[in-house]
Amino acid sequence: MDRFTKLAGLVVLGACFATSPASAAGGKSPLADPSGIDLDNVASLQRGAANYMNYCSGCHSAEYVRFSTIGKMLELSDEQLIDNLMFNADKTFETINAAMPHADAERWFGQAPPDLSLMARSKGADHIYNFLRGYYVDPDSPTGVDNVVLAGTSMPHVLWELQGFQKANFEQHENEDGSVTMEFEGFEMLSAGSMDAEAYDEFVRDTTNFLAFIAEPVRQDRRKIGVWVLIFLLFFLVIAAQLKKEIWKDVK
Amino acid sequence: MARIETEVGKPQGGFMKWIDDRFPFTKTMEHHVTKYYAAKNFNWWYIFGVLAFVVLAIQLITGIFLTMNYKPSATEAFASVEYIMRDVEWGWLIRYMHSTGASFFFVVVYLHMFRAMLYGSYKKPRELIWIIGMLIFFVLMAEAFAGYLLPWGQMSYWGAQVIISLFGAIPVIGDGLVEYIKGDYAISDITLNRFFALHVIVLPLALIGLVFVHIVALHEVGSNNPDGIEIKDNKGPDGVPVDGIAFHPYHTSKDLVGIIVFLMIFSAVVFFAPEMGGFFLEHANFEKANVTATPEHIAPVWYFTPYYAILRAVPDKFWGFVLFAISVVLPLFLPWLDRSRVRSIRYRGWMYKTALTTFVITFLMLLWLGLQPAEGLYVLLARIFTVLYFAFFLLMPYYTAKDKTKPLPDRVVYHG
Repeated sequence: MDRFTKLAGLVVLGACFATSPASAAGGKSPLADPSGIDLDNVASLQRGAANYMNYCSGCHSAEYVRFSTIGKMLELSDEQLIDNLMFNADKTFETINAAMPHADAERWFGQAPPDLSLMARSKGADHIYNFLRGYYVDPDSPTGVDNVVLAGTSMPHVLWELQGFQKANFEQHENEDGSVTMEFEGFEMLSAGSMDAEAYDEFVRDTTNFLAFIAEPVRQDRRKIGVWVLIFLLFFLVIAAQLKKEIWKDVK
Repeated sequence: MARIETEVGKPQGGFMKWIDDRFPFTKTMEHHVTKYYAAKNFNWWYIFGVLAFVVLAIQLITGIFLTMNYKPSATEAFASVEYIMRDVEWGWLIRYMHSTGASFFFVVVYLHMFRAMLYGSYKKPRELIWIIGMLIFFVLMAEAFAGYLLPWGQMSYWGAQVIISLFGAIPVIGDGLVEYIKGDYAISDITLNRFFALHVIVLPLALIGLVFVHIVALHEVGSNNPDGIEIKDNKGPDGVPVDGIAFHPYHTSKDLVGIIVFLMIFSAVVFFAPEMGGFFLEHANFEKANVTATPEHIAPVWYFTPYYAILRAVPDKFWGFVLFAISVVLPLFLPWLDRSRVRSIRYRGWMYKTALTTFVITFLMLLWLGLQPAEGLYVLLARIFTVLYFAFFLLMPYYTAKDKTKPLPDRVVYHG
């Protein structure tokens, strides 16, 4: 075959792949540690579920997520679900509703806390992980805190009892055009919480893991099924290739 | 017609004869399948027509099942998609196949069109096949655009907002037209409902009709081949082209291999990367449409971005729209812009080879630029590549006529 056709094919194919992976979710944040979540770690997901129901579900719904799905995927019986996770639900097929009424929330915080069913898919797990670790004391803010990942957030530092309070250090940077930007330099602990830094990161990681799980509960299953689909197609391909060879034998 | 005598033990022609006396079944099958002769030297570029057909089938079938559970309503649409993803048996698979299929449709169709440009498949006597194909492409764009609004996510809403507002650039009728398309002053439940009607009935019907005509026209004229010579000019004593082989079983058995390879790539995306890093399913679309919150960066889905980049490259809104529209329609005129004596790139000179290579790079660069914010260097690059895009088409009559061509062979090149 002529070289040009092959070359053109390579260019097109190469370009298709070159443009595909790249950019991930969300904008750049000053705190960009990888979340290090593991969706195969059922124990972590179970802890995350408990964290969610204890600390998040008061304000945040996950309106597309059924308790039964959590039970099935995280190997929890109906009794375990009812005893440990279902604080404001009767039946396991119910979805996670926030305890706080929507209208009140809007009045109190300016905007209602967002539903968290798909937060990990729209913002990315890393964003959540860093957001929950990104609170710092800011006396000017109505909640007393601000966040380096999402400046001006109306969410208070709900996990302060665990993490404690920290101060954020910013350094002034003068840009070439003379404008001044504040760049985040690091945190400094002001008052300790009930957890040390490592335990708190672990707590946030479990919670983030759970949020990533509920964003797409079928994720791990689809990957397992995908392997079998590809094995089947590979097997089919071998047979089809033999068939083609046999039929084309007499084409000269 | 003589009365059919029934005699015991004498064959009557059987069931097929009964059918064929009433409907041209065997005749049609022979004309389109078992006695449709296409060149034996097809290379892998010739798989994409069949693959487009496969993707169309995937979209139609998965689309039917999605429709069974989807609710075309501004308050329920987003939730119904999540219902499909979570609660409907295998709903996630159906939905991912459909969303991945949309992107793959364009991958396959773009490569199919590029094949025609490589081997001059649009040249006489196949101009109508090309024109019908371009009409399919236009309908496909409308179909994809209407479909993208249906999940009612942030990018559905704001992407549609941006694209529909483009029509506002048309003088005099612009504003009225925008309102007419939306059916409301803003994109609303009414817009969603009419886009649903377009997406599941009007446009698929048009698509199927055009695909039918595309294939009828192709089978009348016969397929081109990588050498771009007419195999019908050299027929054997049996009236069959010497270099032609029957579509079935030869090309079908070969296509089956290609289809499986395609399905492997398709499945790899469906099962392992359905979002494709935000290119097939944009991250912002996992957030429900919010009329009051504009996403900081709105980009159409990747298959529209080459044209979107051209639109943004022009500082003036009206002329941007004009250039955008022309850039989409321009390939329609390829059969008359191309004045080369030969069809295939194999026998063309350096000018066309250079032009086509530049065009491929231009198209991919515009695709990438359309995904970037319209600022600084990106705008400059978009302008340069917009000029190159138009130059490829508008200078074509000149450089294809001027280009030195190689002598054509008598038979197709085939090494067995």
